[in-house]
Amino acid sequence: MEKFNPVIKVKGFATKQSVRLSEKTIAKTEKASNFLTDIADVFLFIASIIRETFSRDFEFKEFFRQCFQIGYKSLPLISITGTIMGLVLTIQSRPVLVDFGAVTLLPGMVAISLIREMGPVITALICAGKIGSGMGAELGSMKVTEQIDAMEVSSTNPIRFLVVTRVLAATLMIPLLVLYADALGIFGSWAGANIKGDVSFVLFFSQAFSHVKFMDLLPAVIKSFFFGAVIGLVGCYKGYNAGRGTESVGVAANSAVVLGSLLVIIVDVIAVQITDMLRS
Amino acid sequence: MKFENLKMKSTQTTANDQVIMTKIEPVIEIINLKKSFGLQEVLTNVSLNLINGENLVVLGKSGSGKSVLIKCIVGLLNPEEGTIHVLGENLSTLSSDGLGELRKKIGFLFQSGALYDSMTVKQNLEFPLRRIKKNLSEKEIEDKVNEVLENVGLTHALNKMPSQLSGGMRKRISLARTIIVDPMIMLYDEPTTGLDPVTSDEISSLINDVQKKYKTSSLIITHDIKCAHSTADRIIMLQEGEIYKEGKVADFDNSSDPFIKSFFN
Repeated sequence: MEKFNPVIKVKGFATKQSVRLSEKTIAKTEKASNFLTDIADVFLFIASIIRETFSRDFEFKEFFRQCFQIGYKSLPLISITGTIMGLVLTIQSRPVLVDFGAVTLLPGMVAISLIREMGPVITALICAGKIGSGMGAELGSMKVTEQIDAMEVSSTNPIRFLVVTRVLAATLMIPLLVLYADALGIFGSWAGANIKGDVSFVLFFSQAFSHVKFMDLLPAVIKSFFFGAVIGLVGCYKGYNAGRGTESVGVAANSAVVLGSLLVIIVDVIAVQITDMLRS
Repeated sequence: MKFENLKMKSTQTTANDQVIMTKIEPVIEIINLKKSFGLQEVLTNVSLNLINGENLVVLGKSGSGKSVLIKCIVGLLNPEEGTIHVLGENLSTLSSDGLGELRKKIGFLFQSGALYDSMTVKQNLEFPLRRIKKNLSEKEIEDKVNEVLENVGLTHALNKMPSQLSGGMRKRISLARTIIVDPMIMLYDEPTTGLDPVTSDEISSLINDVQKKYKTSSLIITHDIKCAHSTADRIIMLQEGEIYKEGKVADFDNSSDPFIKSFFN
């Protein structure tokens, strides 16, 4: 009998180990399955947005209200950011251009930098913070307080009323905000150039736009539409799929900003590559 | 069998039979309902009927599955097993459009009130009305809004935001928003939770008033015995996801069962 005892112990040890291994395997499988489910959820969410966008009962009133909230109410923040962007860019680059005797290129350089890259990306990142977090928090709190359920129960499709209107408004308003930020950026640049110099407003603008081509503006505007769509989608998705507790509202708002900003940068890299391929 | 068919059948019978038919006609019929979240089973083989015109109270401790039950009835949650017939329609076979149409006949009062924060009281009331009764003129909408506000005694709150309302006022406005579309069935999810005893009594009497005025059938989820006493025609008690007892209010009052006694005393 004693001979068999060690065998029994080894068997017990092996069983515990295999249990731990199987627990780890289950946990990993669950993680992988959750990840795949999340991806499927995202695609279903986008599909339902597309379907509801073309539905008969489009919520025009709510869409215009969202355009006002996203576009008009972001103007003060975008005004300050845009102006400072041009001002700082000019103050930083002017001494280098003076050293190279190329100070006359300053307006064109600033205009191209702003229009091609800095204007769209910085405006989009600011909007990811302001608009994305707002959408995440608003829809998240609506979910927590059962307002989305109430909408569904009263025969109103919440995707159509809440999500489609916000995503479309963000897609349309962000390119307009980008153009507005570009214009103010060039104005800020003129103000910056006049701190240590004396350039007339008309001369500065005519010099700036003499270097800007249509193909500088068009890709920037097109990618701004994608920035808007990404910010709206992420903000709405995170808010709409928030958990039930109040903590999840903060999580939704936070992840809307983080993921929105990250996706803006990724979309920008792709857009720059495509534009570069088209130019060459 | 469809609800309309049931009604047609009742018109072919005599006047007395007709009264009996409408009285015993179930507007909600739940058979062997099962719902779980992960490994936790919340509802186990729950079967119940809500008869046309009655107030049925579902009682139970917190976490006994009452709210899950009511959310399954309106299709906000999908059960794993069992069937739910609402006004003769089987919920599991309905398309999303069909479910939307059915929901137009159901009023749901949420535990939190669920008023839309970004809208005024007036906009909150107009919201379901403009979407469910699309043919109404502006004058008719205004009249209907004033009528329901009068019914809940809050005509002065028309232009207030939900954040400016007290808990009791929010519940009343939420009730007004629910009855504004003339639902056939009212579902109340803990209508008196978080309210003081006086306001709770007011809400309970409002539930009775709504039932009398709008001829609705009501399913009231609560753990408030006072509310159950003043509103119930029949009570179903849930415990750990199963039906523990079903009967009239007097059956529960006179019960010697320790669990029921702990509730009713």
